[in-house]
Formats: sequence, structure tokens, C-alpha cells
Amino acid sequence: MNFFSHIGRYLMMLKGMFGKPENSKLYWKEFIHQCAEIGIGSLGIVCIISFFMGAVSAVQAAYQIVNPLISKVIIAQIVRDTVILEFAPTLICIVLAGVIGSKIASELGNMRVSEQIDALEIMGINSKNYLIMPKIGAAIVMIPMLVIIAMFLGILGGRITVAASGVIPTDVYDKGLMEYFKPYNVFFAMMKAYTFAFIISSVPAYFGYYVNGGSLEIGRSSTKSVVVSCVLILLADYILAALLL
Amino acid sequence: MIEFKNIVKRFGDKLVLDNVSHKMEAGKTNLIIGTSGSGKTVMQKCLVGLIEPDSGDIIYDGVSFTHMSEDERKLLRQQIGMLFQGSALFDSMTVEDNIKFPLDMFTKDKQQVKLKRVNEVLERVNLVGSNKKFPSEISGGMKKRVGIARAIVLNPKFLFCDEPNSGLDPQTSMLIDKLISDITKEFNMTTIINTHDMNSVMEIGDNIIYLKDGKKEWSGNSKEIIFSENKNLNQFIFASEFLQDAKEMRMIESRKG
Repeated sequence: MNFFSHIGRYLMMLKGMFGKPENSKLYWKEFIHQCAEIGIGSLGIVCIISFFMGAVSAVQAAYQIVNPLISKVIIAQIVRDTVILEFAPTLICIVLAGVIGSKIASELGNMRVSEQIDALEIMGINSKNYLIMPKIGAAIVMIPMLVIIAMFLGILGGRITVAASGVIPTDVYDKGLMEYFKPYNVFFAMMKAYTFAFIISSVPAYFGYYVNGGSLEIGRSSTKSVVVSCVLILLADYILAALLL
Repeated sequence: MIEFKNIVKRFGDKLVLDNVSHKMEAGKTNLIIGTSGSGKTVMQKCLVGLIEPDSGDIIYDGVSFTHMSEDERKLLRQQIGMLFQGSALFDSMTVEDNIKFPLDMFTKDKQQVKLKRVNEVLERVNLVGSNKKFPSEISGGMKKRVGIARAIVLNPKFLFCDEPNSGLDPQTSMLIDKLISDITKEFNMTTIINTHDMNSVMEIGDNIIYLKDGKKEWSGNSKEIIFSENKNLNQFIFASEFLQDAKEMRMIESRKG
């Protein structure tokens, strides 16, 4: 299959996803289940990564500011802006592409190979609507929340590190956080989070849903879905930065 | 009743189904037999709409399935049950939830009514008490029976079984065959079974079609198959010396009778 066939089939999948649910209650239940899987399931790794991401940013910023004319307050601003603009939305979403993306691709791939998707279709259920829609919906709801948590934890990580290493006192760090703060940066980060959430869920769903073969192909499509998602995230990151900043 | 007329299906240059026509009757176990790669599974997938045939017509009780809209097909599919080769049970759900799933999706009955129905079909397939087990905790034969239970829970008019005996021991195979045959007669369903199991052919073959390289080579029932002169069919059915002997025994018995 060539590139354009993939694009066409991906768009057809997205189109096929919309339809009247056979039973709204079951779809809602599936959506909540996916919210728990994607949100709660990834919370641990997001917390660990974002905390250390902020901590390392603070240490490295302090290490590079050697000029006595530059105020140490700037360390807090560097941590704040890098975490909000890039680390929390992009880095966390790349990690989530691995965690959530491989899970979605392998789950759907396994269902395809073991004919569970065919079983749903035979029952008269729109399998794209029942299986893919709740995953994409849950990702779009939960991933921006995870990104917000990552922002707070990243900045907190920086604060704890500068306090522990004695680079600057915490009140100076807090003062630095509030200086020159642009709320637009948070809006930009959220735009990125929504876009990446869609990529992270829909691309692996495509690769999983259309798996052809056996367990080897499930593994391959899972890996491919993560790679393609990461590339698309970086591409979308550049496009959004060029358009919105 | 399901009738299909002049079904043709190609995958690239390969002709998989070549102008196949036949009538599958209600209240009978209709068998599609043939060697691996003869087009049995593609035929069945065409009949249920998982694969679109290139040409030909499929008619369910006088209504053309081929010309139905997607919504009409969805409605019809609620009258179709299917047992897959690997059972296709949802592995994250218990046996009870698997069987209850079509009821949850398509009925507005109370939980108690649904559970009563689940227990009824579990009793019908001799799996009483297996409600809370997961598919990974039960044997292959039990999985097939759960698959049958899920397929019949909405009282379908049409039942499709893709190689229901594959991977099962002869005794369990016979149980599954008997179960499918009994259910078919009990509920007057149109049952279509893909198989290359000779016991099934002999025991429950009310209406059999033999496919060879995508073409219908022969049709008849389990009694007629013994007297068939079709060379390819005889080579396929009575492949071993043991089966040849069994055939001769049956022919002698039939003549005596």
C-alpha cells in the first residue's frame, strides 16, 4: 500500500467512526473505561517524567548562568517556559505515544487477528464507532489533563531542586515564576496537547484496526504506530509553533 | 432460507469464487465442504457481508442482501449468529458478559431478564455454572460452546459456523455437531457450516455443497455423498483406506436397507 492509500483509508476510518450508537449506555461505559485506562494508567509515568524534567531543567539552567550580571531569578522563568511550552506538551506526549499508542494498536490488532472485530460487525455493531471513538474521545479528554499535571509537577520539580541544591531560595524562584508570565503560552500548550492527543489515539487505532496476519504483524504494527505518531507529533509541533507563536 | 446466485470473488488476479449458486434451507444444517483454500471461508464471509462479492446476489428470505443499505444490513445482522473458528470471544469479559453482550447492546430488558436468558442458553450448551470464568480459563471445546451460546442468545434466524470442530477431539466434535444440529431443528434456523470434518459431513449434512478451486463441484446430502461418482469429491471425502472401507460398508448397508 502506498502513502496515499494509507491516508485515504485513515480518513475513511475516521469517517466510519461517526454514527448513531446502538446503545449509548454501553458506549458511555466504554468511554469511561478508556478514560481510566488512558488517564489513570499513564499518571505514574507522567508524574515521574515531568518532575525530573523540571528538576533537570533547573539544574542545567543554573549551571549555564555564570554571568553575575544575569539575575538568578531567570532560572525560574527558564524552567517555567520550557516546561509549559515544550516539555509538558511535547515530551510527555511522545512518551504517551509509546505507552498509550502501543497499547491501542496491540489491543485492536489482537481483536482483529482473533476475529473479535468481525464478531462485532456480525452482531450489527459499528466496530469503528464502538472501539475507536471512545479511545480517541478519552485521549482528547485525558491527555490535556495529564499535560496540565505535567506542567505543575515540572515547575515543582525545579522548585524542589533549586531549594535542595541552594542555587536560589524558594521565594526568589516563586517571584521569578510570576514575572513576565504569558497566559497565552498555556493556551498554546493546550492547543498542542489536543492535537497530539488526537494523533496519539487515532494513528495507533488505524494501525491496529487494519492489522493483517498474526502476532508478528501485531508487534510490527504496534512499533510502526509509535514511530509514525512520534514523527507526526514533531511535525505538528513545528507547524503549530510556526502558526501560533 | 438463504439463496446465493452466481457469486464471483477475485483477490487481485486470483479467482477465489467462480459463479457459485445454491439454496441453503431453513431447519437444516447446510454444509460447505472443500479442501483448504477452496473458498469456503470467503464464501461464508461474502454471505454475512464481511467481504463484498464482485458480482452475484445473496438473498435472505426473499430480500436481496447485496442491495441492502448499511443500516438495513445492520438490522438484518441482529438476526444472524456466527460461531468463529477461534470462537472470537471477547477476552476481557467473562463467559456471562460475553453472552450478555448482544442483549446489552440490542435489548432494553432488565438485568434480571438478561441473566435469566444467559443462564438458559448456558444450560442449552451444557455450561451451567461457568458464568464467571474468563475465556482464558476454559478449554477449546467450552469456548466453542460459549461461542454458540453467544450466537444464539438473540434467537437468530440464521446461524453461521466456520469450522466449528477445528482443534477439537472427536468426542467433543460430535457433541458440538449434535448441539448445532439440535439447535437448528429446534429453532428452525438456517444454519451454514464450513467444515472439512468427515464425521460432521456424515452425521449432520442435510444439505451439502462441495467447493473445489472456488467452483461448486457437487451438491447433495450425507446419504447421497456415499454414492457420488464425482472423482474429486471422493478423493476429498474418502482420502484414507479406512474411510474407503467405511464408505463400502455404508454402501452395502444402504443396499441391504
